[in-house]
Amino acid sequence: MAKILAVDDSASMRQMVAFTLKGAGHTVTEAADGQQALTIAKTQAFDLVLTDVNMPVMDGLTLTRELRALPAYRFTPILVLTTEAGTEKKQEGRAAGATGWLVKPFNPDQLLATVRKVLG
Amino acid sequence: MTELQQANDYTDTLGDFEQGTEQYLSFILDDEEYGVEILRVQEIKGWDRVTSVPNTPHYLCGVLNLRGTIIPVVDLRIRFDMPAREYTPTTVVIVLKVEGGGQRTVGVVVDAVSDAHNVLPEDIRPTPDLGAHVDINYISGLVPVDDKMMMILNVDRLLSVESIG
Amino acid sequence: MSIDISQFHDVFFEESFEGLDAMESGLLNLDVGAADVESINTIFRAAHSIKGGAGTFGFMDVSEFTHVMETLLDEMRNGERDVSSESTNLLLETVDVLREMLIAVQQKTDTDAQRIAEIRQKLEAMLAGEAAEASGASGNPIEVDLTADMVESTQITIGWNINFRPHQHLLQTGNDPVRMLRELETLGELAVVVDDSKLPPFSDLEPEDSYLSWQLTLMGDIPKEEVVEIFEWVDDECDLAIEEIVGESTVAVENTAGSIKDESADHQVPIIVVEQAATKQVEDAKPKASSATPATTSIRVGTDKVDSLINLVGELVITQSMLGQIGDNFTQDMLPQLIDGLAQLEQNTREMQESIMRIRMLPISFAFNRFPRLVHDLSGTSGKKVELKLSGEQTELDKTVMEKIGDPLVHLVRNSLDHGLEMPEVRLAAGKEEIGQLHLNAFHQGGNIIIEISDDGAGLNEDKIFNKAVEKGLVDASEVLSPDKIHELIFLPGFSTADVVTDISGRGVGMDVVRKNILSLGGSVSVVSKKGEGSTFTIRLPLTLAIMDGQTIRVAGENYIIPLVSIIESLEIKSTDVKRLSGKGELYPLRDEYVPIIRLYEIFGLHPKSTDLEDGLLVIVEGAGQKVGLFIDDLLGQQQVVIKSLETNYRKVLGLSGATILGDGTVALILDVPGLMTLYKDPSLAKVLINDEQVA
Repeated sequence: MAKILAVDDSASMRQMVAFTLKGAGHTVTEAADGQQALTIAKTQAFDLVLTDVNMPVMDGLTLTRELRALPAYRFTPILVLTTEAGTEKKQEGRAAGATGWLVKPFNPDQLLATVRKVLG
Repeated sequence: MTELQQANDYTDTLGDFEQGTEQYLSFILDDEEYGVEILRVQEIKGWDRVTSVPNTPHYLCGVLNLRGTIIPVVDLRIRFDMPAREYTPTTVVIVLKVEGGGQRTVGVVVDAVSDAHNVLPEDIRPTPDLGAHVDINYISGLVPVDDKMMMILNVDRLLSVESIG
Repeated sequence: MSIDISQFHDVFFEESFEGLDAMESGLLNLDVGAADVESINTIFRAAHSIKGGAGTFGFMDVSEFTHVMETLLDEMRNGERDVSSESTNLLLETVDVLREMLIAVQQKTDTDAQRIAEIRQKLEAMLAGEAAEASGASGNPIEVDLTADMVESTQITIGWNINFRPHQHLLQTGNDPVRMLRELETLGELAVVVDDSKLPPFSDLEPEDSYLSWQLTLMGDIPKEEVVEIFEWVDDECDLAIEEIVGESTVAVENTAGSIKDESADHQVPIIVVEQAATKQVEDAKPKASSATPATTSIRVGTDKVDSLINLVGELVITQSMLGQIGDNFTQDMLPQLIDGLAQLEQNTREMQESIMRIRMLPISFAFNRFPRLVHDLSGTSGKKVELKLSGEQTELDKTVMEKIGDPLVHLVRNSLDHGLEMPEVRLAAGKEEIGQLHLNAFHQGGNIIIEISDDGAGLNEDKIFNKAVEKGLVDASEVLSPDKIHELIFLPGFSTADVVTDISGRGVGMDVVRKNILSLGGSVSVVSKKGEGSTFTIRLPLTLAIMDGQTIRVAGENYIIPLVSIIESLEIKSTDVKRLSGKGELYPLRDEYVPIIRLYEIFGLHPKSTDLEDGLLVIVEGAGQKVGLFIDDLLGQQQVVIKSLETNYRKVLGLSGATILGDGTVALILDVPGLMTLYKDPSLAKVLINDEQVA
């Protein structure tokens, strides 16, 4: 099963995501902002990164750009969890190098379906 | 059996008291026998290092930690102007419940615990002025025990804040 | 797989309330007209998180309401809207409503629908008024209608022809065509034709680039959204054509695989510009929790406290296994080990008990945090100008005490605003700054926690208080009272001096209730006031649970603990530097002042090995606004200590604030610096019994 890095400044969202993914057999590491996530990502490899966009210290799009710049994360799926369903926001995500997105609010089943999509 | 174990056994003999009697725990101080109501005895423990408190009377050995609360410990020998004795691991501290302005817990250092006695109220005699070590205000009565005389201590008076401060 | 996400509700509520507090204090600190982007961003982020979480956890009303607020904040953040006091106040009201909504959801009670609608209307009016063009842009994001053309078609869809040509760099977004093909396969029967014509010679092949493209045929009655969704993330990274294969309704379902080839030619190939698939909001609320359980209260605990608890549990386990081993093969000669083990167990247990107590300790900021808002609102209604200063917010106190001290504090703050601080013109006329100062301060002192509420207002009006007290029959007109005694009168039951019962403190609750509440916590309250200069109310709460950072010192073989906060510095000194006053007073020149030296052994009646000042140390401490040097033998370690009362079973001792239990189970006494000073000035007080009556 996959190693997943879940990044969200909201503890409830993070816990929900982590709980859901762990329930599906994945290993989940949590981070509360982009900076924390980047630090963790530099010390270990992940099969998938799920990140919120709006976060203090370092936002999700910056995190995505920073990760893509790392050789180890050039092809790693990165999904952004966004409240915005607008085209503009998605373009921003894409431009930053995100693999895809999941629009909040989502339920555990939707999350698992999306994760399955990128993990194949 | 150590003295301490023996002492705790006495406090466990509450079951076999006789109708109409009150139980007293007796202890020895410089060859004299004293008694306290056994219901006032919270526990009997071995001597442990106490922390002395500055500017308090010399008979207050200090304070010790009784499962998280701080209790004062009074050396009854010194309190009664008897010659002091060195504390050893067999020195006994009787932890007593004291009434008066709320319940307090106070430890007293004695030479040794002696026995538990069933006493009929009518056997308690008034205290004459002994002119001895102990202020009769602290003695609530005398009881003949075997061939000795047991002095029953008025714990609340003896160990009041004013008295041990 | 079904997951009960209601288990995350508590966390959501907790973080949402924290978010609201952050929004509130952020809004209160916004400088009207010149707000910095980061502050607005913080407020925006909090709203955004609440919106997202509320949506996820099924609280759609909250989510939608927050959305309107978020839109307004977004405009502020982008500089499209100025930060006006009007908008700030509206946002503050919104925060209140949102808090009420969350509480209602949490406790499963009803909301005030009218108030919510009213605030929402105000928000929408404000949005429409100044930035009408913004409403559409960030309004309802669900615009795509992919179903329309499907409804029109008279024939039924039996499959899709898909031409998928990835661009060169598609792989670098973390997407993988193979995964997409696999996913398509899950929707229906898939036929794949690979076009490898763009594949370069092996020597020129860049492994990170895409060269292949695919012609795909997917059979089945599959909604177009599902097909589109698979390519949703790569529509910029590829050329994509999705073409419907239609057939006769009834037959088509049966007759799948065969008829594909020729049909594809009959249809025009619509190039679908893939819009985002509309993610339907989860309208139906999550299943309600099985029963209406009352909201559980929770405490946020610093990880350091949890870590120390975990360490202690580790030690406990070790002790337990050691005892287990002794018990397995017990012989009489192992008694000392058993006794040691039991002593160890007792210590572990005690430490754990204390550690758990510490978890209940919270910084007083939890109680202070509501005051910026209160002062903001009250000064708004009264027209008074007030600057609120908070200090000592990190002072810890027990959670229970915190909960009970809230109301008395509110009352005292209201009182200062109502009766203490004057209107701006009155202040100016009195030669004061126009803006009144209100200061809330907290600190530990001698085993107590002290909370001060001070203002630089008019001070208590002694004549008025006295007359009122006479009128109420509380004192006799002929009595002559000192100012302090007069000040005390305000705490008497039934006393109130407000000329007009105002909204602010005229709520029928008098100072007597405040005092009663504080007394019930075992504390006291007193007031110091000077006419024209202001008043200070001091609440003193005895804290048997208080935690304090302590410095252990040694004097004449005894260990004591000095509260770290009262220590300024420690020095080795030369006897020649010490100035002796007539008699025996000693002074040490510390920079530009002389500090009196208190020989601790002397006032404590101890007998040290050496009384030479050069053999020990001078600890400079401050208490009650004065510095003194404590002469001690040595400094030992520093540690956090739990303050235990000496009064529970004994009495107050001058110069000591309490005691604590050290790691080895022994007791160490905690020094009370102001008490030591009193003792130094008048050693005869040492023998005087101090009753612990609460002098208010």
